[in-house]
Amino acid sequence: MNIRTFRIGGIHPEENKITAEMPTQVAALPKQAIFPLSQHIGAPTKPVVKKGDKVKVGTLIAEAGGFVSAPIYSSVSGTVFKVDTAIDATGYRVPAIIINVEGDEWEENIDRSDSLETLDAHPELTPEEIVERIKVAGVTGMGGAGFPTFIKLCPPPTAKAECVIINAVECEPYITSDYRLMMEHADEILVGLELLMKAAKVDKGYIGIETNKPQAIELLTQKTSGNPKIEVVPLKQRYPQGGEKQLVDAVIRRQVPAPPAIPVNVGAIVQNVGTAFAVYQAVMKRKPLFERYTTVTGKRLSNPGNFLVRMGTPMKELIDACGGMPEGNNKLLAGGPMMGKALTSVDVPVCKGTNSVTVISEDEAMRKSPQPCIRCAKCVSVCPMGLEPFLLATASSMHNWEKVEAEGITSCIECGSCQFTCPSHRPILDNIRLGKSTVMGIIRARNAKK
Amino acid sequence: MGKLIVSLSPHAHGTDSVEKNMYGVVIALVPALLVSFYFFGLGSAIVCATSVVACMVFEWAITKFILKRENGTVMDGSAILTGLLLGFNLPSNLPIWIIIIGALVAIGIGKMTFGGLGCNLFNPALVGRCFLLVSFPAQMTSWPVAGQLGAYTDAMTGATPLSVMKDAIKSGDASVLGQLPDSLSLLIGNAGSGGAGCLGEVCALALLVGLVFMLWKKIITWHIPVSIIGTVFVLSGLLHFINPVYADPFTVIFSGGLMLGAIFMATDYVTSPMNSRGQLIYGVAIGLLTIVIRNWGAYPEGMSFAILIMNAFTPLINTYVKPKRFGEVVKK
Amino acid sequence: MSFILVAVLVLGAIGLVAAVVLYVCSKKFAVKEDPRIADVAALLPQANCGGCGFPGCGGLADALVKGADAGTLDGLFCPVGGQDVMGKVADLLGMAMANSEPMVAVVRCNGTCEHRPKIAEYSGLRTCTAMHACGAGETACGFGCLGCGDCVAACQFGAITINNETGLPEVDEDKCTSCGACVKACPRKIIELRKKGPKGRRVYVSCVNKDKGPVAMKACKTACIGCGKCEKECPFGAITVTNNLSYIDPDKCRLCRKCEKVCPTHAIVAVNFPASKPRPVAEESKDDGENVEQIKTEA
Repeated sequence: MNIRTFRIGGIHPEENKITAEMPTQVAALPKQAIFPLSQHIGAPTKPVVKKGDKVKVGTLIAEAGGFVSAPIYSSVSGTVFKVDTAIDATGYRVPAIIINVEGDEWEENIDRSDSLETLDAHPELTPEEIVERIKVAGVTGMGGAGFPTFIKLCPPPTAKAECVIINAVECEPYITSDYRLMMEHADEILVGLELLMKAAKVDKGYIGIETNKPQAIELLTQKTSGNPKIEVVPLKQRYPQGGEKQLVDAVIRRQVPAPPAIPVNVGAIVQNVGTAFAVYQAVMKRKPLFERYTTVTGKRLSNPGNFLVRMGTPMKELIDACGGMPEGNNKLLAGGPMMGKALTSVDVPVCKGTNSVTVISEDEAMRKSPQPCIRCAKCVSVCPMGLEPFLLATASSMHNWEKVEAEGITSCIECGSCQFTCPSHRPILDNIRLGKSTVMGIIRARNAKK
Repeated sequence: MGKLIVSLSPHAHGTDSVEKNMYGVVIALVPALLVSFYFFGLGSAIVCATSVVACMVFEWAITKFILKRENGTVMDGSAILTGLLLGFNLPSNLPIWIIIIGALVAIGIGKMTFGGLGCNLFNPALVGRCFLLVSFPAQMTSWPVAGQLGAYTDAMTGATPLSVMKDAIKSGDASVLGQLPDSLSLLIGNAGSGGAGCLGEVCALALLVGLVFMLWKKIITWHIPVSIIGTVFVLSGLLHFINPVYADPFTVIFSGGLMLGAIFMATDYVTSPMNSRGQLIYGVAIGLLTIVIRNWGAYPEGMSFAILIMNAFTPLINTYVKPKRFGEVVKK
Repeated sequence: MSFILVAVLVLGAIGLVAAVVLYVCSKKFAVKEDPRIADVAALLPQANCGGCGFPGCGGLADALVKGADAGTLDGLFCPVGGQDVMGKVADLLGMAMANSEPMVAVVRCNGTCEHRPKIAEYSGLRTCTAMHACGAGETACGFGCLGCGDCVAACQFGAITINNETGLPEVDEDKCTSCGACVKACPRKIIELRKKGPKGRRVYVSCVNKDKGPVAMKACKTACIGCGKCEKECPFGAITVTNNLSYIDPDKCRLCRKCEKVCPTHAIVAVNFPASKPRPVAEESKDDGENVEQIKTEA
């Protein structure tokens, strides 16, 4: 079989998928759950509970704060302790709802049975109804960025969706939560994909999986063998294949033009496997998004594993369940080592986009001191967006904003391939990020003036 | 519990480093070095050792006393590499003092005046070599004949294949080319029968082994060597076809410094373009210039000058030739 | 003799052609320049130091004339010529002189290494902007100085240096031209341009932490906890507390220093006042308090 991949750049970091064959465990309930009000891209939510309110599992605690926003539901039952601030993955204190956990009482309308509901059994579900249920359940992208799912299903009038692509690539090292989800809930994911296809009014669905997960490929291929609408696409291992644009390129051989174009401009709607599962639960089981599969991993953790975690659980409790933080200084990441965020506190809660909690020891975490650029051009050859990272980094550090904008800095997806590859250990991406955020600000100001 | 370490992503780094790349090239040069010992013996050893040691000493002294930098780049392998490449471009009977001047020019003017590693515009080893070539033309163009293992400055000299080719063109008599060794012996370096030349250019095969090693270790990409050798091959083939006074393409690509230049000198990271499109343009231009200088210029060998000229164009290529951006291609 | 004649004729003809070409070119390609630019440039020091942020005095003169046409001279300032020169320029252009009061950059953070313990280790590009993007930085305070010196790099006049002992930037008031480059460079908006004040005397809140009291206090011992004591104490209504942070309005402040004395965390700072009697006592007691605390933490 012709195994595909994206066409420009890419690297192959050490996989370190140590938890791949560990069945998912259910994480213990936290004593206190923290819900930051902004867990997605878009407007922060508005709290609808106040101190002292009683909540159940699945109770709405914060409603959408704008069109691009997604409501938040309590993952625990108990009493609202306070509506205050808490440190989230950005490293800053943000508004948050803090709930003291008492028992485990669920809202009655949630279907907690394991029975599989197929789309054929529910012909009453119209595309509008599916989108509405996804919106109400607060489903967002589960792969990290966290864009509200229902918006992706309603493309702008200028674009027409042709297919839904399920992102089951999991190209980040260490992370195995999507893989476990596929192995344990393949049927639900496929129903989720059918729901997404129906909601987006398309009749082609792809599932992109890297070849380092042969069992998942086999399982899903076997389950979709009778369904010509869904195709499982094995992909060659290459980072950052999980990036939306790279995945579209790899699966349907179309390249999304430079921003502001999005994948739907070339007819593709990309959703994470976790999102497909959450969509299934939201639509078929009326279960809002408050639980997720998360990998807790790290070479020095004595007991790493995959967990089904209630959102709001502080990471400290997960790490303690895996044998506690190793001795010495460590780097704690929300996400994998390539794109994860380093945290300044172990009390940061698991949010909608937290696909992994990764602990990296000091010797791996500390960067080596940068040496002069030897212009080896390796950053250029690995850049999946065809940019020139060395140039963008230098021009950004010299505050030459016109230059970096002309060189397409806004196309950068911040995958970190350039910095990973740099033999001189230069902080290329750090500089590019500064340039990118400044240029984005300049562009916004310019557009505002118009 | 210890402190948490924070930084922006990525939090992982590949195992690549400047040292790995530099020493990788040095390792790739080892076969050619051994072959040069086999052909030129003592002279080769003296020239290479002097050149490497002089380059390292100058690099260290300039970083320490002139630039006054704390952590020098002496041990990162770049000075060793420059020294080795400079040595490879010299005849094995060159007196030590000339080699030292060459090393000073290579490191001092070619590299450190621009700010050291990564900042130089021209390939340091070639700057040194060309300086010597124009300053000491007599010593630099008397090539010892291979096989005199014990000889150094007193070695017998002979004509190189390139000067034979030049004679043929000047006289317009294709039969002069009959003096050339066949291309197979140029390839494997069996130049004992009157073969002569710089240290590093007598055995194309050893250099090709180095190329394969560097491609395997992903130190360089194929673009520059292939485009140079390909251009030279096609153009010289064309010339040979039109007028047999010009040597056949196989002899042309296996003789002189072409392989050494195409594989090791033109591919120098610092002075070559930064993306594959640019590298192809750079390679083709070097090939073209080499043919022009070799056949119609004053010097029998045009590789060094061709590379230096294109080094000067590298910033221009970098400015105007951009890699293919994602999303730029037409939908398929 | 004819060769002399030929030479004269040839040279004369060349000269004539060249003169015509020059004349035509000078007319055809003449650049019309606003005469005021030359006038303004004449007033400027002509040091072409670039301190104003423009390429030489001509560049600033051009910008000043354009600014006058647009109706504002904000942000255009010759640090070498100072107020005198700028006043003359403003007169010439018929503009009112903005910012007549001398200003100085003030760093509003007291979080020295001692007051603000490190809780994390930063390993990355050492600029404030990069560290700011990465989270709260090495300390628990998400508002305070990161100490990587973006302001130092931005300052064209060498007026800011990082004090290695405190890890905080210090402004040399004599060198500071209040150009505002550091204010723009600071990702956390800690640096503010404030009135220099009579004899350089100023009272300001040296903290920008908007966290609630206990959180701020935990992160930094000299954080403003927004207790509001200063607001009540101020007889002139110059102090307001918003978002758990106190701010002294320099226009209303009469430098009475009452707020400084009531501030429980010493977040309010008064500078360049003569050492009066209560001052050394206050400072001593502050130092003692810290020493005691430090001993406690060490024990």
